[in-house]
Amino acid sequence: MALSKIWVFGEAAGGNVSGTTLELLTKARELAGTVEVVTTSGAELAGPAGAHGATKVLNVGGTDGKLVGVPVAAAIAAAVEAGNGPDAILFATSYDGRDVAGRLSAKLDAPVITNVTDLVPAGDGLAGVEPIFGGSTDVTTAFTGDKVKIFLVRPKSFAAEESGGAAAAVEELSVPDTGATGTAVITNRFVEEKTGPSLDDADIVVSGGRGLGEQTGFEMIETLAKQLGAAPGASRAIVDAGWVPYSYQVGQTGKVVKPNVYIAAGISGATQHLVGMKGSKYIIAINKDAEAPIFSVADLGIVGDVHKVLPKLIEALQSR
Amino acid sequence: MNVVVCVKQIPDPAEPGALDPETKTLKRDGKLILDESDSYGVEMALQLVDAAGGGEVTLVSMAPNSEVGGLRTALAMGAAKAVLVSDDALKGTDALGTAKVLAKAIGRAGDADLILTATESSDGYTGVVPEQIAELLGLPSVTFAKSITIDGGSAKVQRQTEAGYDDVEVPLPAVVSVTAGVVEPRYPSFKGIMAAKSKPVDEVTVADLGLDAGQVGWAGAGQQITDVAQAEARQAGTIVEDDGEGFQKIVDFLAELKVI
Repeated sequence: MALSKIWVFGEAAGGNVSGTTLELLTKARELAGTVEVVTTSGAELAGPAGAHGATKVLNVGGTDGKLVGVPVAAAIAAAVEAGNGPDAILFATSYDGRDVAGRLSAKLDAPVITNVTDLVPAGDGLAGVEPIFGGSTDVTTAFTGDKVKIFLVRPKSFAAEESGGAAAAVEELSVPDTGATGTAVITNRFVEEKTGPSLDDADIVVSGGRGLGEQTGFEMIETLAKQLGAAPGASRAIVDAGWVPYSYQVGQTGKVVKPNVYIAAGISGATQHLVGMKGSKYIIAINKDAEAPIFSVADLGIVGDVHKVLPKLIEALQSR
Repeated sequence: MNVVVCVKQIPDPAEPGALDPETKTLKRDGKLILDESDSYGVEMALQLVDAAGGGEVTLVSMAPNSEVGGLRTALAMGAAKAVLVSDDALKGTDALGTAKVLAKAIGRAGDADLILTATESSDGYTGVVPEQIAELLGLPSVTFAKSITIDGGSAKVQRQTEAGYDDVEVPLPAVVSVTAGVVEPRYPSFKGIMAAKSKPVDEVTVADLGLDAGQVGWAGAGQQITDVAQAEARQAGTIVEDDGEGFQKIVDFLAELKVI
């Protein structure tokens, strides 16, 4: 074992434990003798965390109506400073994961290794592998100091597997006074209504980009997605342009997807996008620029105008 | 109302990036431009100051070689002034070191009611700097903001979430990171571009900020790159020119994969 103890930041919403939490637990038990979870969701996580190899769930209570970054970081920092901390802490690259990791890093004066897609033993510690330049190059980074090692890991970097462990014991991790830093409060939560499969779980994803020309072009993506039982996705360019909501975005800043089939229509394949979909099993790309980087990852590439190819494809699928 | 916006000047993302063979970090010796991710924060700051009926927008940036190209773009949009930290000692600085420098530079920029950042830069994309800055300044924060309105001594922020968004209220001063694409950044006018040339840029060194050189640069980074390797490439696929029948190739492939 590379390390003696790893903590994983556990996230759950509406009774569902995040997939990345389970992925991180699976990897952590390969790397350390003891794996424990730090979370604000307490008992909710005891079963799933135990089943994935964690022996303890450390619950940070009293965070209802608060952003979790400040209180969770404060609780972890207090434990570390009291000598009860782990060797490494793994966070998902999620909204809350980043908040906690950033706060904690500054509190402990410890660096963070970010955008990690693999964790490898390094000496008596642990190093993170980060893909750069659209995933063409892997950079491995190790910590030089003896601070607790903080990693932000991208979703779907590891496959979640159960270990058959019993439910983890839940203990409280107390939060010290956070003063002015902890004063942000959540006054309302809005959940966007969604139909069809989600980008996270879909077997097929159909994404559109700037090559669609204008917002109405995205209707072709929606139609095709419906025909295939797929989730519709988008490049950052058209999310920034306001054609579709941010929740559609696949890429560095959006969702990481690994479906069986990924169809990219009118997407050139900027690094930003490739990082989010390159792990798909099969990739089909349609783009009129033969030099577009998307073709470098495509199993099937059609060099052509999406306005000509997509309507015919939709028609052909309709008649099947 | 005074707003400080942290902006990064980065190599043009349209150009292929390269690593320095010696230091294994991204090459930044060419011309740098304003990170598009930061243009949203600049726009939002200008709108907030406008809505408040007074105050100004100050930029804070850390860049090599006294680079001001990106700052001039944001000044041309309407920011009043800038603090630029440029120092050879900053080479190799990681996210936490960057946050230490920016936190000090924000202090130098004067009393701020609100500090805006992007959610992450387009070249380093660590995404942890906003929270690190907030912690170093002892301030509350809200990340991933879709919109910000000021209501007396606090900000009302819509924060993006997995499921939708949360309404968050935070007392000022606070650090807020702004999601890309949520406002339409204005194009600098000709008048703005001319005016930007004479707007003050306060260029300072690490020592000017009262920071110890050991906290930044390679020494302060606390991490080092141990390996750079070609990633496993995907097997080359079949790329065909659409002759009007390209759709059929897709249908056949989907059928072969048994998904239709």
